[in-house]
Formats: sequence, structure tokens, C-alpha cells
Amino acid sequence: MALIEFQNVNVDFPIYNASGRSLKKRLMQVATGGQLGANEQGRVIVRALENLNFTFRDGDRVGLLGHNGAGKSTLLRLLSGVYEPSSGTARIEGEVGSLLDISLGIDPEATGRENIYIRGGLLGLKRSEVTRQIEEIIAFSELGDFVDMPVRTYSTGMHMRLAFAVSTVVRPEILLMDEWLSVGDEGFKHKAEARMNEVVKSTNILVIASHSRDLILHTCNRAIWLEHGKVRQDGDPDTVAAAYFGG
Amino acid sequence: MQKNPVLIALADIAAATLRYPLVGMLGWQDVRQRYRRSALGPFWLTISMGVMIGTIGLVFGEIFKTPLTEFLPFLAAGMIFWNFIASVVTEGCASFIAADGIIKQLPIPLFVHVMRMIWRNILILGHNIVIFPLVLLAVGRPLSWLAVVSIPGFMLVVVNLTWVSLLLGVLCARYRDLPQIVANVLQVFFYLTPIMWMPASLPGHTATYLLKFNPVYYVLSVARAPLLGELPTLSDWMVSLGLAVFGWLVALLVYGRYKRRIAYWL
Repeated sequence: MALIEFQNVNVDFPIYNASGRSLKKRLMQVATGGQLGANEQGRVIVRALENLNFTFRDGDRVGLLGHNGAGKSTLLRLLSGVYEPSSGTARIEGEVGSLLDISLGIDPEATGRENIYIRGGLLGLKRSEVTRQIEEIIAFSELGDFVDMPVRTYSTGMHMRLAFAVSTVVRPEILLMDEWLSVGDEGFKHKAEARMNEVVKSTNILVIASHSRDLILHTCNRAIWLEHGKVRQDGDPDTVAAAYFGG
Repeated sequence: MQKNPVLIALADIAAATLRYPLVGMLGWQDVRQRYRRSALGPFWLTISMGVMIGTIGLVFGEIFKTPLTEFLPFLAAGMIFWNFIASVVTEGCASFIAADGIIKQLPIPLFVHVMRMIWRNILILGHNIVIFPLVLLAVGRPLSWLAVVSIPGFMLVVVNLTWVSLLLGVLCARYRDLPQIVANVLQVFFYLTPIMWMPASLPGHTATYLLKFNPVYYVLSVARAPLLGELPTLSDWMVSLGLAVFGWLVALLVYGRYKRRIAYWL
């Protein structure tokens, strides 16, 4: 049972220019009794998301559409709990897993095996759980003996296969993704595809940001088109994709 | 939805405590990462600390005309603990800033990053403390049984340092000039606190000023004095405890109030 409920959610980013962020300016302001403050205050606020209202329930496969800077990534981070809304309420029930950056936390100097533990730990797996699954992870990543070599000796493909193999071990109730994960050469791609489908199938709610029409049409049963941080359109994928991609 | 900031802070700290295996692993990884591919690894820390204590000990022991049997153990214990305190405070300023990659990607309790930093420094301290018995051996002074008292003393130091780094971590994420200020303040405290000089070598009234109003002196003493075979005074304990209680209260209020903003500031 997972639920996401947004009510009047806004996200504002304060932009501190180099001077706004310093203590000097703050102290100067106090010292001069705020006279200086009028334009020096100059705190610029960027409204990244404005007035979002929606509810996602079990079974929802939501596709996020929108141009660069429309607020897709910010919304994903909001859903993952990294950001809290500046105003409004965001209710998120269920364990959230994000596949936003699967290489995060990988230490190039450590061996593949050590990195499986580190990455697993960051994803919330217990050490014993990793130990139980490690052979399967290693087999899946097809690293063979390389798993005991430092990751810096890996090729880009091997690196991604390792990250992918660990990251897809978790089965969260709410899954967040930025584009479909696709790694490796032809052979591996098939396996990865199957694994991804499995992860997506077992999750209660999927939220995926994408620029691909096919992906949205195939995977999602609901699409949200964001524009300048606002919901431009929210509905079934066919209608929204038709409006967004034109035709 | 306006919850009590202290409760928000405590909830985060409790959640972080439950993630202690992650903290332990990341802390170890930090230490190992610095010394990968080096034969002696983290024991380089021990060596460089030993070299520093040896040099300062010989020069200042001569300047102050203090016998080495007394000065060298005092200096060693002081330097080892001071090194720990100073690194925790400096790195505490950066505990959230340095973890921005993780903070912006994964919803891990933020206190994990503070615990990771402290754990890493405890591990380094564990390497450095090896010097102390060696110094005692070198000057031919026995280790007193009182030394075990420095374990609770050290824990009190850690409790105090934790609130300092939590508070500074939050403030430094917002005000990026603060780490520089903190570094300077630390430098001042290093000279004001009896680490390289012994309290006895000061003239009477200066000593009272420098020691009485120096919180670092009290906190350092609860961990250091037992190693040198003396019990910390009652005021050492009281001031350290008082600082811990008061400081944690402030840190919890600030942390609970601004925790949600930290990700935005990074």
C-alpha cells in the first residue's frame, strides 16, 4: 500500500549570490541598521514548482513530461524526500527507492565487491542482505574475477553494469526514475531490460521522467506534463503525449 | 504540520542511529580511501603525529625548562586529543557540504553524515593514541590505573563535539564564510589552551584568566588528565556536562528548525 498526495505544493529555491551568502553582508546590515539592505538584500527566489495538486495510488505508472528546466528532476527529488516543499503539504506513504543516479557513492579506489556493500548500504540494505545476494549480483553484473579489482580499472560499461546490478536489487514500493535505465552491450541490454521490467512490476507506484514518447506510452498509465514548474496537463498518456509531442 | 523542532531533530537523529552499519562502513571507507595503495596506510597518521610530538617536545621542553618525563606525556596526550577535537570541528563545518551528492539524491537521515565524520575521526584517534604508551615507555613513566577514567571523559568530549559539529554543519551550509572563521578561532584556542605549554609555567593571574574562562580547557581535561595519572577536577566535569546539555539544546532547536532547508542550501 503506497500513496502520494500533494496539496498546493510549491518549491522555491533561494539563490544566494556570492555576497548574499556571506556573513559580512549580514553583519553590515545589522551595523548600518538595515539601510544598506534595500537592494543588497537582493535574494532572488526561483519558483521551481508551483501549486502542484495530485494523488498517486497503487498501480499508478506516472510519466513526467516536460522540457529541460520544467521541474521534472525537482519533482522527483521532492517525491524521494530529499527536498521538502517550501509550502503546501506532500504526503508520501511507502518506502521510496530512487534510481536517479545509480553510480552515486561508488568509490573508484575500492574493489567492486566493497562497492557492492557501500552502494547497498546507501540504498538501505543491511550488510547481511547484501551478503546473501552478493553472488547473484556479481553473476548478474558479469564482472567475474574483476569484482575483486579496484573499480578504477573498469571500463565504463563494467562500471555501469556493477552500479545497475546493485541498484536494482532493491524492491521499493515507490520507484523514481529519470529516464529508463539501459546499460551495457546488446547481450546485457536484454538482461537489464528484463530486470527493469521485474523491478517496475513489483513496485506499487512508478514515477518516471522521460523524453521518450514510446516509453511513456508503453510503461505509463498516466502522464503529467510540466511546464515552468506548473502542471500543464494531467491525464492518460495518449492524450498528454499527443499534446506534448504534437500529433 | 508545525511540529516541535526538537522532535524533528530527535526523530532524524534516531533514524540515523538505526543506520549505524552504514555510518560504520562509510567512516572506515573514508579512512581507507585516504591511504589506499600506501604500504603503511593509516599508520602514517601515527608516524606524522609522533614526529610532531617528538620535535615540539624537544624544542619546547628546552624552552620551558620542563623535564621531559613530565612534559612529553603531557604534550603527547594534549596533541592527540587536540588533533581529534580540531579535525572534528573543522570537518564538522563541512559535514553537510561535503555530502551534498548523497543529500541531493538519497533521503538518508542527515545526521548520518555527522556521525560518519565523527566515527572517521575516532578511527584516526585510535591510530594516534598508540603513540601515548610509546611516549610513556620512552620517558620511563608507568601508566596509571586512573587512565581508564579517560574513557568516560572521552565520551563526554565526543558528546560535546557532536553538538558543535551538528550546529556548525547547519550554519556553515548556509553561510560559507563560517568555516574560515571557525578555523581561525580553533587556531587561537590551540595557543590559549595548555597543550604546548603547561599550566604551571604561566604566571599566577594570567593562568586564572586563560584557564578559568576557556571552555576547551575543561573539556580537554576530562579526557587528558586521567591519562597523566590525575583525576579531572569536579569543575572539569561540571563545565563539560553543562556545555553538553546547553549545547545540545541549542543544536537540536537549530537543527530541527532548519533541517528541511539544508538540501536547498547545498
